[in-house]
Amino acid sequence: MTDIPMDTMVRAAAHPRRDIGLKARYAAERRFRIYGAVAISVGLAFLAIMLITIVSKGYTAFWQTTVSLPITFDEKVIDPSGKRATDPSVLIKANYPKLAENALVAKLGISPDDKPMIQKLKGFLSEGARVQLRDIVAADPSVIGTTRDVNILAAANLDSAFKGQIDLSVEEARRKVSDQQITWMNKLKAEGAMAEHFNSGLFTYGASSRPETSGMGVAIIGSFYMMVIVLLLALPIGVAASIYLEEFAKKNRFTDLIEVNINNLAAVPSIVFGLLGLAVFINFLGMPRSAAFVGGLVLTLMTLPTIIIATRAALAAVPPSIRSAALGLGASKMQMVFQHILPLAAPGILTGTIIGLARALGETAPLLLIGMVAFVADSPKTPFDPATALPVQIYMWANEAERAFVERMSGAIIILLVFLMAMNITAIVLRRRFERRW
Amino acid sequence: MSSLLVLAIVVVIGLVAFFIGRQRAAAQDNGKVKPHSRAHYHGWWAFLLAVLPALLLLAVWAGGSSVYLDRHIHAALPERTVDSKVASEALDVSLVKSLARGLRKLDAGTLAALPASFAELQPQLAAKGVALASDTQDYMIPIAVEANKVQDRLGLFGAVIILALSIAGAFHALRQIAPRARARNNVERLMLWGLLAASTIAILTTVGIVLSMLFQTITFFESVSPMSFFFGTVWDPRFAAAGSGGSQGQFGLIPLLAGTLYIAAVALLVAVPVGLMSAVYMAEYATPRVRSVVKPALELLAGIPTIVYGIFAVVTLGPFLRDLSAALTGGSPFIQGQSIFTAGLVMGVMLIPVVSSLSDDIITAVPRAMRDGSLGLGATRSETIKRVILPAALPGIVGAILLTASRAIGETMIVVLAAGVAANLTINPFEAMTTITVKIVNQLTGDLEFNSPQTLVAFALGLTLFALTLVMNIVALYIVRKYREQYE
Repeated sequence: MTDIPMDTMVRAAAHPRRDIGLKARYAAERRFRIYGAVAISVGLAFLAIMLITIVSKGYTAFWQTTVSLPITFDEKVIDPSGKRATDPSVLIKANYPKLAENALVAKLGISPDDKPMIQKLKGFLSEGARVQLRDIVAADPSVIGTTRDVNILAAANLDSAFKGQIDLSVEEARRKVSDQQITWMNKLKAEGAMAEHFNSGLFTYGASSRPETSGMGVAIIGSFYMMVIVLLLALPIGVAASIYLEEFAKKNRFTDLIEVNINNLAAVPSIVFGLLGLAVFINFLGMPRSAAFVGGLVLTLMTLPTIIIATRAALAAVPPSIRSAALGLGASKMQMVFQHILPLAAPGILTGTIIGLARALGETAPLLLIGMVAFVADSPKTPFDPATALPVQIYMWANEAERAFVERMSGAIIILLVFLMAMNITAIVLRRRFERRW
Repeated sequence: MSSLLVLAIVVVIGLVAFFIGRQRAAAQDNGKVKPHSRAHYHGWWAFLLAVLPALLLLAVWAGGSSVYLDRHIHAALPERTVDSKVASEALDVSLVKSLARGLRKLDAGTLAALPASFAELQPQLAAKGVALASDTQDYMIPIAVEANKVQDRLGLFGAVIILALSIAGAFHALRQIAPRARARNNVERLMLWGLLAASTIAILTTVGIVLSMLFQTITFFESVSPMSFFFGTVWDPRFAAAGSGGSQGQFGLIPLLAGTLYIAAVALLVAVPVGLMSAVYMAEYATPRVRSVVKPALELLAGIPTIVYGIFAVVTLGPFLRDLSAALTGGSPFIQGQSIFTAGLVMGVMLIPVVSSLSDDIITAVPRAMRDGSLGLGATRSETIKRVILPAALPGIVGAILLTASRAIGETMIVVLAAGVAANLTINPFEAMTTITVKIVNQLTGDLEFNSPQTLVAFALGLTLFALTLVMNIVALYIVRKYREQYE
């Protein structure tokens, strides 16, 4: 007898230890799992980085530096020859920036005769002061000769300096704000005359060559018009087309053709729709360039397939028992669709429509081709007037070199993303609340 | 009468017909005969008969009378001679038309004593806010006045016919009202036609896309040969300013196509592995909690407009990569600010959610039994995925990748901002190359005359792009559909 215990021998005989590579297989399993997790993290990390850089660059755009000055509406500056009673154009052409300059000179305690010092004030206040003061005088001419506190926009460079975005260690000649201006800025800041306010101009101004007086007002109105047009056209047409294809169409070559067409249109590059709009709507039908109406039509054609696909899915999800019940009670097929199926499919249709609208709102490429890259300063009164759109405005600011425009651009992206997120969240909430599982 | 007013009157007639019709149908229901249709169907039938034919005629009339007016003006214009002051006949006609539109703003007194020379007329029109081209000629004034008269006559005549048709339609429908009249069937038949019409818009759009681009492309090929377009290796359109003429550019497609495919390839190299692995992880490994967070986040990534990606590429990522490469070599950067790599990388990230959501659908469509069979035989999860699920889903995944590739080829804003505008032919991914879409945008956003080859080439590029993506989409959709049928 050997001294090997009996039971061990039995075990060894019954379970021969075979190497089936379990260790390696489990390691491969773990590695595979890690690859998956890494892939997802890469996507999410990129999303996070992108959002963080945009927000960090753009949030300052929502504040704008203004200088509060006691403006004396001096008759000698506005109307030196006293002709305003007979010739109202004097009030339009008057040298309003001079008023602001005088007030600033007084505020900073510079001697009015010190011309070189006054020269250094150039570029401290925004050129927008001209329009701002003119509007005050035009609204109420009796203000002439009195003094009033007015918040005047600081120029874009001063605004950047005030927000601490200009590197003051760079030598003076190579930056856009002089040391003297910084001194004045700090003085005004200490006195509380220079401060940041919420930038409502970002939402109301139109295009401008100066960053501080440019805003997205025109773009917001243009985008709003386009969304209304897309909603009014794409929703009814899309729903009607889906109803036909899902409920009435017989299976034949023609409906097959329509179906292939719709699926293909959903994947056609958006820029091709822009070419269509340019060739058909503008050149052939003679519609105006840059108009929100044409943009709306192009976006409608682009959004239709999305809405049709979503609506068909929603219609198909309504169970056949509902159809049978309606038909069994004597409804015609049309009545069944419009009185029973459509209301039940409405949440799904609405969700698809909102998602389609969100896509249309962020679309840029086709709008570039129909002339919406335009310098539009006045807000469009009708959809046929020249307008821009939110993403196009962002694109135009992206092509500007000045730092302040980059800030506005990032601010505009934040606003666009907020709009889009609101729409998407509405869609998700709608789906969660009203979606019925049969 | 203006078309808008006629339209409004027609609609009012229709509404009146609707109420009368409904009223009459309801009054006829005395309980003896069972009515075939409910009362409001009679009303709607009357409304449709009153409005639809009239609207159709209105559209035809408006189109026809504008053609007639054009011809009328043409005939009235003096014979064109060499020393005609207006550049072209078409311009002549359009000047008369805008003059005629301007004259409409004047009041009757001014119109009665209309000055004969345009120089005197212009300030009067300007006072009404009408700005006219200064090359409007004196002889155009009587023609414009005459044109306005013709237009008035045509409008009045048309309005009378249209309104008569509308009223006749309404009366016809109202006379038909009887308890057994099949108003509902009539209304529903028309509705069905309406639904059918709506669904043909998709076809019309495709036809519109193809035709509009085809015509422009044919015009383009009249001045540039197809051979030199499709096989040319130099892209140099020479932005000829309007009028300078003569300077022919070179329109070689090859550098643009190469750039497009290169950038799309880089994008797919990023998007396919990452997107596919995310989809696999989400479908096979992720706990419900992770899923409920990650899935909306990926949808969010898909919902960000491409312009935002483009701006991120050009403002943040491009400069960062350039500085990084400069730091690596300790001198000059080997990655340019705008490069194939940057554009492709960002586009790839944009496509991650596209790949992952498409492949998610396809992976979850693989029947449960195949998965369970493999796991039951002792395979680990990753082995099941690699050896059973992915091979089974392969055709679908190929279709998804094709669809993604077609998105990558047609993507515009990212490459407009991040890829550069120089039409290089290079294999270095860190240099700039340009794409078809970038050139379409470039050629059409300048102030070019519309019939120059510099502008028309955009349509030839667009048609190429459309054909390219069309083939990919159709093949992809066919594969995906076939694959879906396989397991259904």
